[in-house]
Amino acid sequence: MNAPGAPLLAAKDFKSATKPVWCPGCGDYSVLSAITKALAALGLKPENVAVVSGIGCSSRIPAYTNCYGFHGVHGRALPVATGLKAARPELTVLVASGDGDGYSIGGNHFLHACRRNVDLTYIVMDNHVYGMTKGQPSPTTEPDWSSKLAPGGTGLREFHPLVIALASGANFIARAFSGDPNGCAALIEQAVRHPGFSFIEVLSPCVTFRPEQREWKTRAHPAPVEPTDDPGRAARRLMTDDGFNIGVLYQGHRAPYRSGNGASQTVEALECQFRL
Amino acid sequence: MPVPTLDDFMARAYAMELEATERYAQFAEQLDTHNNREVAELFRKLSHIESLHAKRILEEMGWPSLPALPPAYAWESPEGPETAPPDAVHYLMQPYHALEIALRCELQAQQYFEGIAAGEAPPGVRKAAVEMADEEREHVRLIRDWMRRVPQPEAGWDEDPDPARATE
Repeated sequence: MNAPGAPLLAAKDFKSATKPVWCPGCGDYSVLSAITKALAALGLKPENVAVVSGIGCSSRIPAYTNCYGFHGVHGRALPVATGLKAARPELTVLVASGDGDGYSIGGNHFLHACRRNVDLTYIVMDNHVYGMTKGQPSPTTEPDWSSKLAPGGTGLREFHPLVIALASGANFIARAFSGDPNGCAALIEQAVRHPGFSFIEVLSPCVTFRPEQREWKTRAHPAPVEPTDDPGRAARRLMTDDGFNIGVLYQGHRAPYRSGNGASQTVEALECQFRL
Repeated sequence: MPVPTLDDFMARAYAMELEATERYAQFAEQLDTHNNREVAELFRKLSHIESLHAKRILEEMGWPSLPALPPAYAWESPEGPETAPPDAVHYLMQPYHALEIALRCELQAQQYFEGIAAGEAPPGVRKAAVEMADEEREHVRLIRDWMRRVPQPEAGWDEDPDPARATE
């Protein structure tokens, strides 16, 4: 917990001295900025926040913040974050991922994290491509996106992460756009405040391998409807969604998972068990 | 959107300058990382200039820091009119391109203040908006002068013999 009366921090206080190495113009810069703005607006302190990630361009984010960070195994950010939150429920835990890391390699963990409803905020920077490994199609890539690595396109139907999150039990579902960093920050703030598993898909263009995504700024628009807490209504909305509705699309009331016992042993006692 | 008081208007103008300061600093960092030092330095200068504008607003209003913005103040666009879009940069861009970005931002700011000056705000606010529009007009002139002093990019400036997106 932050000390009562402690001075509030600014967004820059959550940034580390490590300079991001994303491509100039990458949407992930704005997502980083949105995360730091949201943490400042929430009145948190870096030592009370952990940012956990997997592998990929977006997963570099923990290094660029002053919070505790874990840059982990490909697709496995959610299990790590779940364990952390269960052991240290007082921490605010953010999870950063991308469409490859989160929906392909970590796809199964995504389903079960939604189902478990642990109080995490899962931010997936979706650019419909594996950027770090030079442009392979990801689960959200359009079937007809033709590239050197997938001539003629994959022909495979895209994954619909918001629909899957709803069906799997996520308690808060939103879509943000990196071209609107202030709006993105406001959504992250709401997601952190909402109890349970909060999922935010951030449309975050890859200017290097998907330069046509610069046009997303003309397509992204505020969702024309208020958030709903009715899963049936949310399902209908998400199934007919154009992929560019920005805002909170579902806010449920399911009680989050709470770890029952807390720490059962001291670190010293655990070390004794594993001593060779 | 109506502007109720001079304090609100100037708070908004300050927020605009601050957002522009931060965005140019972010661009400078991005270009530094990609070893485009000349453009990084130019963005740092632009960031510094915007920070001086912000500081002057605080001084003129006698504010120690930015007062809270009233909730009614959402920009008409996702960000302030003087803020360059986050994807405006390219790793091979040249000083001329950076100045083109700055010119667009200053023109947008000028139009924004002109709009308020011509609107239905209270006379004190409209008077301040006229002054701000005049300042932005002067900035436009300075940027145009600056652009005449840097070389115009040749065709193919963004062609990279060893591109980041090479797959073989």
